Amino acid sequence: MLLSVTGEIFELKAELNNEKKEKRKEAVKKVIAAMTVGKDVSSLFPDVVNCMQTDNLELKKLVYLYLMNYAKSQPDMAIMAVNSFVKDCEDPNPLIRALAVRTMGCIRVDKITEYLCEPLRKCLKDEDPYVRKTAAVCVAKLHDINAQMVEDQGFLDSLRDLIADSNPMVVANAVAALSEISESHPNSNLLDLNPQNINKLLTALNECTEWGQIFILDCLSNYNPKDEREAQSICERVTPRLSHANSAVVLSAVKVLMKFLELLPKDSDYYNTLLKKLSPPLVTLLSGEPEVQYVALRNINLIVQKRPEILKQEIKVFFVKYNDPIYVKLEKLDIMIRLASHANIAQVLAELKEYATEVDVDFVRKAVRAIGRCAIKVEQSAERCVSTLLDLIQTKVNYVVQEAIVVIRDIFRKYPNKYESIIATLCENLDSLDEPDARAAMIWIVGEYAERIDNADELLESFLEGFHDESTQVQLTLLTAIVKLFLKKPSETQELVQQVLSLATQDSDNPDLRDRGYIYWRLLSTDPVTAKEVVLSEKPLISEETDLIEPTLLDELICHIGSLASVYHKPPNAFVEGSHGIHHNCILMLIVYNTGHYCPSGDLLGDLLNLDLGPPVNVPQGSSMQIGAVDLLGGGLDSLLGGDLGGGVGGSPAVGQNFIPSSVPNTFAPSPTPAALSSGLNDLFELSSGMSIATGGYVASKTVSITGHYVHMFYCLYFFCCVFSFGVIPTTPLAMHTPLMPSQSIDISLPLNTIGPVMKMDPLNNLQVAVKNNIDVFYFSTLIPLSVFFVEDGKMERQVFLATWKDIPNENELQYQIKDCHLNADTVSGKLQNNNIYTIAKRNVEGQDMLYQSLKLTNGIWILAELRIQPGNPNYTLSLKCRAPEVSQYVYQMYDAILKN
Amino acid sequence: MIHSLFLINNAGDLFLEKHWKSVISRSICDYFFEAREKAVEPDNVPPVIRTPHHYLINIYREKIFFVSVIQTEVPPLFVIEFLHRVAETFQDYFGECSETTIKDNVVIVYELLEEMLDNGFPLATESNILKELIRPPTILRSMVNTITGSSNVGETLPTGQLSNIPWRRAGVKYTNNEAYFDVVEEIDAILDKSGTTVFAEIQGVIDACVKLSGMPDLTLSFMNPRLLDDVSFHPCVRYKRWESERVISFIPPDGNFQLMSYHISAQNLVAIPIYVKQNISFFETGSSGRLDITVGPKQTMGKTVECLVVTVHMPKVVLSANLSATQGTYNYDPVTKILLWDIGKLNPQKLPNLKGSLSLQSGAPKPEENPSLNIDLKIQQFAISGLKVNRLDMYGEKYKPFKGVKYVTKAGKFQVRT
Repeated sequence: MLLSVTGEIFELKAELNNEKKEKRKEAVKKVIAAMTVGKDVSSLFPDVVNCMQTDNLELKKLVYLYLMNYAKSQPDMAIMAVNSFVKDCEDPNPLIRALAVRTMGCIRVDKITEYLCEPLRKCLKDEDPYVRKTAAVCVAKLHDINAQMVEDQGFLDSLRDLIADSNPMVVANAVAALSEISESHPNSNLLDLNPQNINKLLTALNECTEWGQIFILDCLSNYNPKDEREAQSICERVTPRLSHANSAVVLSAVKVLMKFLELLPKDSDYYNTLLKKLSPPLVTLLSGEPEVQYVALRNINLIVQKRPEILKQEIKVFFVKYNDPIYVKLEKLDIMIRLASHANIAQVLAELKEYATEVDVDFVRKAVRAIGRCAIKVEQSAERCVSTLLDLIQTKVNYVVQEAIVVIRDIFRKYPNKYESIIATLCENLDSLDEPDARAAMIWIVGEYAERIDNADELLESFLEGFHDESTQVQLTLLTAIVKLFLKKPSETQELVQQVLSLATQDSDNPDLRDRGYIYWRLLSTDPVTAKEVVLSEKPLISEETDLIEPTLLDELICHIGSLASVYHKPPNAFVEGSHGIHHNCILMLIVYNTGHYCPSGDLLGDLLNLDLGPPVNVPQGSSMQIGAVDLLGGGLDSLLGGDLGGGVGGSPAVGQNFIPSSVPNTFAPSPTPAALSSGLNDLFELSSGMSIATGGYVASKTVSITGHYVHMFYCLYFFCCVFSFGVIPTTPLAMHTPLMPSQSIDISLPLNTIGPVMKMDPLNNLQVAVKNNIDVFYFSTLIPLSVFFVEDGKMERQVFLATWKDIPNENELQYQIKDCHLNADTVSGKLQNNNIYTIAKRNVEGQDMLYQSLKLTNGIWILAELRIQPGNPNYTLSLKCRAPEVSQYVYQMYDAILKN
Repeated sequence: MIHSLFLINNAGDLFLEKHWKSVISRSICDYFFEAREKAVEPDNVPPVIRTPHHYLINIYREKIFFVSVIQTEVPPLFVIEFLHRVAETFQDYFGECSETTIKDNVVIVYELLEEMLDNGFPLATESNILKELIRPPTILRSMVNTITGSSNVGETLPTGQLSNIPWRRAGVKYTNNEAYFDVVEEIDAILDKSGTTVFAEIQGVIDACVKLSGMPDLTLSFMNPRLLDDVSFHPCVRYKRWESERVISFIPPDGNFQLMSYHISAQNLVAIPIYVKQNISFFETGSSGRLDITVGPKQTMGKTVECLVVTVHMPKVVLSANLSATQGTYNYDPVTKILLWDIGKLNPQKLPNLKGSLSLQSGAPKPEENPSLNIDLKIQQFAISGLKVNRLDMYGEKYKPFKGVKYVTKAGKFQVRT
C-alpha cells in the first residue's frame, strides 16, 4: 500500500513539472482528488506551488485549494506563495481579487498573516462589493489565527464601518463576521447596536441572501428596543420573514418576535395579531425534513411552555406518524402532553393508546408514561386515563404492563384513595414484573393500601423470597412496605416484619438498607405510636409537571431560540467552547456529579469548559503561577477519576500518610453550613459541608452530608474537590455507589491536600460544587472558613517579625474593628493559638494590651497582626499587615469568628 | 460557523472530508459512529450529537450521512438547511446524489463545496450562480474539454452575486419563451380503524419551470387565494404585494425552482379521496391470520385515482402471505415484512380487494403490535384543496410567452391504522 502511494506521488511529481499546461492541470486535478480522499500529498507542495503563476482561472483555483489544505504543514514553502497573493489582490478582475483575499485567509500560517494585512485593508475598501464582502469574512478568519493582530490593525473598526455599506450582502457578511468574532469576546460590545444601525440592518434584511438574513435576525435579537413603538416597528419589518422557504430564517424570525413580544402591551391589537401570526410558520416547520422537524420541535417545546396560547389549537400536527424517526416521535409526544388540556384530552388519549401498540419499545414506554402524565395534569381526565392504562395492562405485553404500573403509582400519589378498585387487576400481573422500577412501584402500592388488600401479606412475602437478589431500590421499598403493613395489620404480620428486618439488618451488605432496617427496628420497638406517625404520615402530593423548565432559564432560552442552547435546553453559555475568554475567577472546590437536571449556574459550567485539557494555561491576572488544567466535561468522569487532576494527585506517596483527621485538637470546627443549592425548582437534595484542619497544615478533611428531598434516588455520586486559591484538591476522587434515598443523609469524609493547581479566586474562600448523578448536574457554592488554611508552624521569630513588619509597606496595613468581645488578652491568645494564630509578644501600652501575632497560610503567605485590647472596651482594634493584602479581609473575618465562638 | 464536513455511507465508510477552517481529525466521527450504532436504523440517528469539544450536526439523504462539525454556537437549522442544500446541489449537478456519483466527480464536488462555504460562511448556494462558476459535467462537455482544453470553471465574475436579484443571471436568452407551473398537493393523513380522520392536512408546492429571456417580472394570481394562510415563498417573491393584494409578484430565477409552498390544515378543506375497508387479524392459536382489504373512492370530484399502492408493514412473526387480489399485483417481502399491493387505477364500478390468509412463525405468540397501512395515490389535473390559478401576467419584456399550469394531487404520509 505504502509502495503504491509512493509510486503514485512520483508519477504526479513528474506530471506537475510537465511542460504542457494541460498536463499540469490534469496533474493538479489528480492531486486534489487524492487529497479529498485523505491521501497525504503534502510532499508535492513545491511542485504544486510552481503551478500557481498562471492565468488559467481553474488551475489557479485548484492550486489555491491545495494551498489551503497543506500550507500549515509547510509554512516555509507557503511564504513563497505570498507574492502571488499580493499580486492577485491587485488584479483588474474582481473575481480574482476576491479569490485571492479569500484564499489568503484560509492559509493558517502565523508567519504569513502579517503580509496579508495590507492587501486585506485594500480589499475592505474595494470598489467592488463582491470583494468587500469576501474581505469581511477574511477578517473573521484572521481573527481566528491572530486575534491581537486584527485588533491592532483596526480591522474590527473597518468591519463595523461595513455595517453601513450600501450593499446588503456586504452588510450581512460584516454582521456574520462580527458575531463570530464576538463569540470569543463575550464582554466586548463589538456590535454596538443603535437605532441607526438597526435601521440599516432591517433594510439589508430585505435584500440579502437567506443566510445573510439568518445572521442579521440573530443579531437583531440581541438588540433591546428603547420603547414599545420601536419594538413594534422592528416586529413589523421582521414578520414577512416568517414566510421564508428557509426554515432557519423562519426560526430566527420567530426568535426576534418572541423576544420583542415581551415589550409590547398585552392588550394591544398588534400583540394579538402577532401571536396569531406565529402559529402557521411553526406548523409549517413540521412539514420539513425530519432533522428540521427535530430542531423545530425542541424549540416549540420551549415556546409552548412560554406561550401555550400560540399552538394550543394545533395539537393535531404533533400526532405521531409511524414512519417518523424515533427522535421526532419522542419530541412530539412531549409537546402533546404539554398541550394536553381538558378540551383535547379525549383525542390525546386515543392517540396515546394507539402509540402504546407500536413496535418501538422506547416509544411505547414513553407513550404509557405520557398517559400517566395526562392523568396527573388534567384532573378531569384521570379516570379515563386510569381505564386506558387498565386496558393496556390487559394486553399483557410485558413492558407495557410494567410501565403502566409505574405510572399508576404516580396517579395514586396524586389522587390518593380514589382508584384503589383497580388494585386487584394490578395484583394479577405481579408475576410478570421483572424490572426493578415496576416491582418497586407494585410493592409501594401494596404497602400503601395494605389495609384494603386482603392478601397483602402473602403478596409481599412472595417478594421476600429472593430478597437478596433484588435491586437496592426494591429492597428498600419492600422493607418500608412491610413495615407499613405491620403498622396497619400488626396481629397477622409480626413474623413477616421480623423476617424482613433481620434480612435487612443482618444479612445485607448494603449500609443504606441496614441503616433503614435499624431505624425501623428501633422505632417499632421503642414507640409504635411515633412509628405510625413517621411511617404512615401523609405524603406531599406530587406536582403536576415535574419537567417544566425553570422560568428564568426559559426566558433566557427563548432569547436563544434556534441556537444549540435551545436544542439542549441548557443555558447558552453553558456548553460551547470559547464562548468565554480565560476568566477563571472561581474557586472550584468540590465537584459532585449527578445527571439529568439542568445546571442553574451556567457561568461555572462555562468556566469549567474553558479549562482545557492539555498543557497548562497561563493565568492572566498577573499571576505567574500556572494551573494544571482539568477537563471536566471533556474527559467526563474518566478524567476525573483518572490521574488528570492537575497532575498533582495521582501517585503522591505523602498523601495517605499525612491524612490524620482525628489528631486535631481544639480546632475551630464550624457547624456545617448548608451550601447554597442554586436550584430554582424543587430542591432535590441538600449538601452541607464542614471542614477541619489536620495538624500537617496542608491536609484537611472534608465532611459532606447529603440529604435527599425527593422521591428520586441518587446513584453514583462523584466528588471532586479543589480550592484553587490554596491548591486544595482531594487526594483521591470519591465515588458514591449506593443510592441516596429521600430524606436520607450520608456523611462522607474526603481527604484533601494542597498540592493542587493554584489560582486566585474571588472571594478567596469561595467553594463551588458540581454534582452529577442520575438526575442531572447540580452546582453549589458556599464559603469555607479560612482558618483551615492556617498552618501549625505559623509562629515567627521576634526579630523576624519586627523586620518583616517594617519591611511590608504601610499601605498594606489594614485596620479592622472587632466589636462586642468580652475576653481578656490571655484568653484571646489561647483561643487564637488553638487555630494556629500565634502570639509572639504582648506589651502593655498606656493601659492597653497590645498583642503581636503571626500566622501562615498553606501557600506560605505570612500575615502579621497587631491586636489592641482596651480593658473595659468591648471593641478591639486589629491591624493586619501582609504582602498580599487581599487576604486580610478574610483573616479579619476569622478573628471575628474565632473570638466570638 | 460550519467547520468541516464528512460524508459517510450507509456501511459506515467515510468517503469524503472537507474542512473550511483548520483540519479536524476524522476520529471525531467516532462519536457519530457510536450514535449510529445505537440508533440501529439509519433514519433514527439524532441530528445533533454532542462531543466534548464539538457538535456534530448531520442529515441522512440518499443513503449518505452528511456530518458537519461545528465548534461555536451556530443555529443548528442553518447547518441542517445548508446540508440539504449541498445534497440538492449534488443532485442537480450529477443527476443523482449517491456515493458513486460523488466519488466519480470528486474534484467538482470539492470545487462546489469550496464555493458554497467560505470559512464556514455560506457563499454561493443558488444553483444559478454555482452553475456560472462551475459548470456541471456533461458527456459532451467533457469530450469538448479534452479536445479544446477548456475547463469547466467559469471565467467570469458571477454577476448574480452582486445584483439585488442574486437568484437570476443577466442576459438570459431563449428562442421559445415559456413558463410552466405545477401545483402539487400532498395529503398527509392518519385515518383510524373505523375510517374516521384523526388528522389530515395538505402540503402544497408550486414548482415552476421558467425559461424566459431578459428580466421578466411576473404576477401570478389565484381564483381563491383565501385558501392560503400559511405560505413560504422563494426569496424572489415580493411579500408586501402578497400581504396587500394576495397576488404573487416576482422576477423568476432562470430554470426550475420552487416558487412557494403552502400548508392547509383546516380540517374541512382537506378532502380524503379514498376510503379503505380493512380487516387484519391474527388467531390466538394455529399461527395464522387473515387479511381483507378493500379500497374505494370517496371525495374525488369525478377524477380518477391512479397509481394506487397499499403498503402494509407486517409484524415480525408473519412469514408469508397467501392472498388473492381482484385487481393489480401483490408481493410480500419476508425479510422487510412489507406487503406491497400495487393496484393501479381505481375503478369505482369494481372495487379492488385483496383477501387471504397470513401464516405466522409456528409457536410464536400472537403479535402485539397492529400493522398499519400506507397509501400511495395520484390524481392528475386536480388539486384536492380546490386551489386554482387565475392568470399569469408578464411585465418588463415585450415578447409573448407560452404559459401553462398543471395540477396533481398525491398521497404524502397517508396512513391507515388497523
